[in-house]
Amino acid sequence: MTPLPRWADVVLLPFLNVALAFLIGGLIVLSVGQNPLQAVGIMLYGAFGYGSGFGYTLYYTTDFIFAGLAVSLAYHAGLFNIGPEGQAYVGGLGVILIGLALNGMHWALVFPLMIVCGALFGAAWAFVPGYLQAKRGSHVVITTIMFNFIAVSMMGYIISRILKPEGVNSDESAPLDAITRVPQLRSFIELFKNSPVNLTFFLAIGALFLVYWLIWRTKFGYKVRAVGNNPVAARYAGISTQKTIMVIMALAGAFAAMVAVNNVGGVQGRLILNFVNGAGFVGIAVAFMGKGHPIGVGLSALLFGMLYQGGQELAFQMPGITREMIVTIQALVILFTGAMGDMMRGPLSRMFFQPDAPAGDK
Amino acid sequence: MDQILVDITLILDSTVRLAVPLILASLAGLYSERSGIIDIGLEGKLLAGAFAAAAMSAVTGSAWLGLLAGIGAALVFSGIHGLASINFKGNQTISGVALNFLAAGLTTFLGQSWFRRGGYTPQLSGDQRFNPITLPFAEELRDVPVLGQIYGELISGHNIITYVAFIAVPVTAWVLFRSRFGLRLRAVGENPKAIDTAGISVTRLRYQALIITAVLVGIGGAYLSIAQSAGFNNNMSAGRGYIALAALIFAKWRPGPALLVCLMFGFLDAVQFRIQGQVFPIIGEVPVQAIQALPYILTVVLLAGFIGRAVAPKAIGVPYTKER
Repeated sequence: MTPLPRWADVVLLPFLNVALAFLIGGLIVLSVGQNPLQAVGIMLYGAFGYGSGFGYTLYYTTDFIFAGLAVSLAYHAGLFNIGPEGQAYVGGLGVILIGLALNGMHWALVFPLMIVCGALFGAAWAFVPGYLQAKRGSHVVITTIMFNFIAVSMMGYIISRILKPEGVNSDESAPLDAITRVPQLRSFIELFKNSPVNLTFFLAIGALFLVYWLIWRTKFGYKVRAVGNNPVAARYAGISTQKTIMVIMALAGAFAAMVAVNNVGGVQGRLILNFVNGAGFVGIAVAFMGKGHPIGVGLSALLFGMLYQGGQELAFQMPGITREMIVTIQALVILFTGAMGDMMRGPLSRMFFQPDAPAGDK
Repeated sequence: MDQILVDITLILDSTVRLAVPLILASLAGLYSERSGIIDIGLEGKLLAGAFAAAAMSAVTGSAWLGLLAGIGAALVFSGIHGLASINFKGNQTISGVALNFLAAGLTTFLGQSWFRRGGYTPQLSGDQRFNPITLPFAEELRDVPVLGQIYGELISGHNIITYVAFIAVPVTAWVLFRSRFGLRLRAVGENPKAIDTAGISVTRLRYQALIITAVLVGIGGAYLSIAQSAGFNNNMSAGRGYIALAALIFAKWRPGPALLVCLMFGFLDAVQFRIQGQVFPIIGEVPVQAIQALPYILTVVLLAGFIGRAVAPKAIGVPYTKER
């Protein structure tokens, strides 16, 4: 099969796959007797039409960038990390522990420490599946799935039995003081009225640049890509695949844990049960849609941020539609960009090259 | 003494009830994975089956039609999985993950659109469900000590799907190890090239496996919503598909051991709330979360090769390409 021109490979093919996912999503909405175009209009308004809606969109985008990067990083090394959900959850423990230890101090001091501490916890949680993959050959997909469930049980125990203060009814940790929390953007920018978007958003943007530099501009990034493309060749070239796998998994966990900085440090100001709420899983769709590239991840995260915030609006305005329609879209995006990403490659390349070589020539 | 016997029978009875969906899903995964196709999507198929069964049963009033719908939904999901992993040679793991989300999203979305009950289907009763069957002589034998108790409570009094699940285990063992189809199934999962060279279609064989997978897991889904419970609720599979997958790995892709592991996981599920707050000698109080996490932890430990080794079918996850 003739390879596609680069622009078609990088832009056109992913675009067509995503378009197909949305088309089918639209047909599903249509099939229950709702108008998909009206739904898109409402979602766009909900996501960008007013200040706090836009703020919420950016808040979701923050989560999805980190989760998307956590999946992408591992995928560059050929590993499918399904675990950002659990890694972010455990990262929350690091964030709240340092937050509570320094409770009352100024956020400018605590914020960097939350990042470091959260990252350490998330990295540790992701390191174990990485280690087991590298040294014991257990498949990282299965172990990260198992670790998501183990995280739920472990964190449930820690929150409800250890962190929960006396006399509090709901399962949550003690709250952080207002001054210790990561400041929300609404305190500087009037526009974001009631929305939870906070400084972590800029951290996410920074993370996109960091990942670009790391993967395409450093020796380590080269090793990662080499292991991902051809582990045998990489090993032959003197790269330790085992070490690379363990380091990249830990890094992925550290990025996933930034979801906790956003939510525990910035939004909730306390550790609550199941605060990740699926954001880690959205990262899978974001990573595949963005093809693991920071630009793609950033844009896909924004799209999913829009869908999640807009979906909230949708549930208010069109009672026949629930927010879970977004999960369906998410699934279709994963299916068409991740699992069947090459489905349209064949027809597309025939379309591209047919005019040059008419059938009669050969 | 009698009280202890009653207690034990009760725990074992709920062990059986809780193990049924695991057994069905595990056996389902066994066919798919033995044929060389990873099935992360068991969870989604279980959920889709549960929803379709409850929805159909609520509308038509027949549990049997519900069962068919459950199997039908699982077949559609298996079809998509087959399309992605057999025809388009895509990534099977990603496809499975996508199907799990698809089920989670679609069941809630369609449930709300059709029934407007916040994701629940209407309550089912009477013929809309599979009700317990009292086996012959259960009443007559009730007064026989020990045996009557075991026969009456543990063996009799389950719904038909429970019996189907337990019968499916020896049947699967026979199909897998004694039939021609089973031989080919095992071969295609280990070395599809050999199968192809023998003039047997790899594609056809793998689709056949996926169909059996769908039928079994569809029945498992129906069990959740129209046998064990009286209707569907959001995300009611609650990770059972993943536990079944864990059980399958734990059993090293063999039906007999899969039954035992599923029963063990079912037992853990059954006792977890009974032991809450109880203090045991030496180990002290066991938190309920530790029991919940145990199947997952055990699977990780097994996969790491610390307690025996779980070796998957050799060609698993690799799409078969006839020629390069």
